[in-house]
Amino acid sequence: MNKCKTSKEIGGMGHSLKRKEDIRFIQGKGHYVDDIKLPGMLYMDIVRSPYAYAKIKKINIEDAMKVPGVVAVVTGRDLEKYNLHWMPTLMSDTQMVLPTDTVMYQAQEVAAVIATSRYAARDGREAVKVDYEKMKPVIDPYKSMDPGAPVLRSDKAGKTDNHIWHWEAGDKAKTEAVFASADVVVKEQMHIPRIHVASIETCGCVADYDKINNHLTMYMTTQAPHAIRTVIALVAGHVGLTEEKIRVISPDIGGGFGGKVPVYPGYVIAIAVSFLVGKPVKWIEDRSENLQADSFARDYHITAEMAGTKEGKILATRFKILADHGYTDASANPSKFPTGMFSIATGSYDYDTSYMECDAVYTNKPPGGVAYRCSFRVTEAVHAIERMTDRFALEIGKDPADLRMENFIKKEDFPWKSPTGWIYDSGDYHKGLLKAMDAVGYWELRKEQAEKRKKGELMGIGLSTFTEIVGAGPSKDFDILGIKMFDSAEIRVHPTGKAIARFGTKSQGQGHETTYAQIIAEELGIPAENIQIEEGDTDTAPYGLGTYASRSTPTAGAAAAMASRKLVAKARKIAAYLLEVSEEDLEWEPGKFWVKGAPEKSKTIQEIVFASYTNHPQGMEAGFEATHYYDPPNLTFPSGAYICVVDIDKETGGIHVRRFVAIDDCGNIINPMIVQGQVHGGLTQGIAPAMYEELIYDEDGNILNGTLMDYLVPTAVESPSWETGHVITPSPHHPIGAKGVGESPTVGAPPAIANAIVDALSPFGITHLDIPITPAKVWKALKDKGAI
Amino acid sequence: MLKEITVTVNGEKHTLEVEPRLLLVHMIRELLNLTGTHIGCDTSSCGACTILMDGKSVKSCTILAVQANGKSLTTIEAVAVNGELSALQEGFKENHGLHCGFCTPGMILRATELLANNPNPTEEEIRWGISGNLCRCTGYNNIVKAIIYAGAKMRGEELPSTEPQFV
Repeated sequence: MNKCKTSKEIGGMGHSLKRKEDIRFIQGKGHYVDDIKLPGMLYMDIVRSPYAYAKIKKINIEDAMKVPGVVAVVTGRDLEKYNLHWMPTLMSDTQMVLPTDTVMYQAQEVAAVIATSRYAARDGREAVKVDYEKMKPVIDPYKSMDPGAPVLRSDKAGKTDNHIWHWEAGDKAKTEAVFASADVVVKEQMHIPRIHVASIETCGCVADYDKINNHLTMYMTTQAPHAIRTVIALVAGHVGLTEEKIRVISPDIGGGFGGKVPVYPGYVIAIAVSFLVGKPVKWIEDRSENLQADSFARDYHITAEMAGTKEGKILATRFKILADHGYTDASANPSKFPTGMFSIATGSYDYDTSYMECDAVYTNKPPGGVAYRCSFRVTEAVHAIERMTDRFALEIGKDPADLRMENFIKKEDFPWKSPTGWIYDSGDYHKGLLKAMDAVGYWELRKEQAEKRKKGELMGIGLSTFTEIVGAGPSKDFDILGIKMFDSAEIRVHPTGKAIARFGTKSQGQGHETTYAQIIAEELGIPAENIQIEEGDTDTAPYGLGTYASRSTPTAGAAAAMASRKLVAKARKIAAYLLEVSEEDLEWEPGKFWVKGAPEKSKTIQEIVFASYTNHPQGMEAGFEATHYYDPPNLTFPSGAYICVVDIDKETGGIHVRRFVAIDDCGNIINPMIVQGQVHGGLTQGIAPAMYEELIYDEDGNILNGTLMDYLVPTAVESPSWETGHVITPSPHHPIGAKGVGESPTVGAPPAIANAIVDALSPFGITHLDIPITPAKVWKALKDKGAI
Repeated sequence: MLKEITVTVNGEKHTLEVEPRLLLVHMIRELLNLTGTHIGCDTSSCGACTILMDGKSVKSCTILAVQANGKSLTTIEAVAVNGELSALQEGFKENHGLHCGFCTPGMILRATELLANNPNPTEEEIRWGISGNLCRCTGYNNIVKAIIYAGAKMRGEELPSTEPQFV
């Protein structure tokens, strides 16, 4: 653990401070979007397509308009009159707000009913009659590239196939040469399935357009309020709704995990309706709509290969990926860097040869590809490399822990340049894995496993020793719609030494109100409890790109430290003035300046702040405020060593996770309690896709598990008791040495679990199973191999 | 056709005219403006809407308002009394048993009944006991810890450490 430099009363970095935000949540005083009620507010409900691909022949709204309370029914044709029926996606593709001619996926928005109550809107929804002409959809992404496949995006002039883009990274020729001459080559075909973030709060908004003042206030479930305001202005600027006339407020958010980054049609329709009728409009989707129509995550088909020596040296990797993007390319990716898969797919290992390529295609599925608690496809990358590392170890009969230890990048080799061109900042992978092996009792478990195998019992031990790439991002690599991915902090210290600080990020449960206060407390020496943190209001917070991809601490946390340091510089001038010495004669520790050699001559930060309003040097600007927009020089590279132990019931395929030990290195830790909480939560969102979750479609594009009755989110019973710990290698370029942690466990856990299960089954010649690895899948694999 | 019902909510009697199809959770949130009770799904799977009805935890999205006629309801807003947090509320805060807070009111009310029926539950009993309430953020470890803490406090025993334990 990093040592606490400040006292418990100050509560700077390293203290497990209890969260400031909890007091309202535990008393039901959180303020979420659905809690907002405005005078005259109308309610919106959405008519959705029952088909994955169909022509809209006619929409009959007459019966719906007769339903008591229904005020309006809006269709794509209505929005078309205002040129509001299409919108851009975050990947510069286009998406229908409401279709005028063709529906492209099941549960797509087809019309909106606006009524005086929630129930009337639902009644109206049921009364809208849509006449469809059903067409055969394209569901399989491989078949979508067949020459005879229908061209789904007929709205795009000149488009003759369903291919979206091809991207590649690394050295193709060199990789082919290494593969051609290597002793050992292993290859697996894997699918990282389509899953859903399923935050417990669904998406929604209250759009409040004020006709008199031409002003829109938009309360919404968004992780990136400023970016959304810019998108709204880009869509609606031509009808006079320009950026200064828009206020986006993101109140308390009930979990986001990346799913609340995109702009969904429901938001846009609510704005359009409020604009047209001049009243506030509330839209809150229900869970089925959320699962069926909001952006999915993952859905990568990967052909993964690894080449190495028979002694166990990794020489090269090759990945070929097919990405199913559904109806439109609305994936959350920076425009300069469309697939984060390429950033880290070579893992924690010291080799210099890799080639990877990715093709994205359209299908008749919901659009998206959110970075679900992951930096733009890092989860898929880590799954591929960590599965292949185990696959290689299995092939040559070497223990996967030994193989990793022999291939790790050494701590003295940082900064280290990866085969795809990224500079890893720091790490100590050997130390992390040793700690995890020690905590779990690795070699004793291997002995136990050998004994059990003799008796025909199935036990597996799985490792995942991943490197993460977080902190999006340096503007040279990262932008959204061209906006550089800096983030910001603005600190105002009031005369009595109490502060308010505002950020361009937006917490969805990560505990920003506490951790940001701790960073400022660490820097200024003002007690964290006296620092109020605000986010999520574009009228008051400085511009920032929001919270996702574990970027808040690496970017806005850094901005908080940098803004604080501007204040310390000003405080030094004021202290020198008050103490009548030169600035060079002063020593600083958080909370106090004193004269070198005369510690009794000192000024506290509170005295200095008061003086900044009452007794500052002539010519100095009054007040005690600073803002910083932080554009990181590099990404940060947290890492982890995870070990999972499973027992499998041979007769049923039932999988019991006996132990799960996770050692994380997220650099310096701001609040150990919160970091541990993030790891627990992330691990649970890691076991979910590994063992339970997958959005399943039939060949007609019908979703087969579109409610929480069928989509298996782990409960407390399925979730193991997580064992966590850490090693610390501070990021050398980050102002407080922090790296970010939120997504590490989500990224690192699935391959540890998959590796454990495959390890258990490996005596029967099973080398790979796609996640989610269910009892049925295990049982079938054993049956197919004649093991049962 | 509206039906008149009388319910006691957090100790206060209300007479309301409601549609027979009105869900109890909508009555609580929209007619009584008690927004601490949340809605997380439409299939009674998540438990965010859990309240106490005559002391028993129920998912208020599964009950019609008319079925609550004559009943006594407790929502999260009345769990703390005169600013004093309940043992469970304190447990959740002290043990970092919440992140986004959206599932928390339902969790606390479910756990209230759990501890009322079983004042000293094992970890396994707690995990099964809250398995009707989904949390997507915490990973449940700390929720379990919060309930163990609250049990100890209610039994007047020494409180377990709230410091995070690392391997």
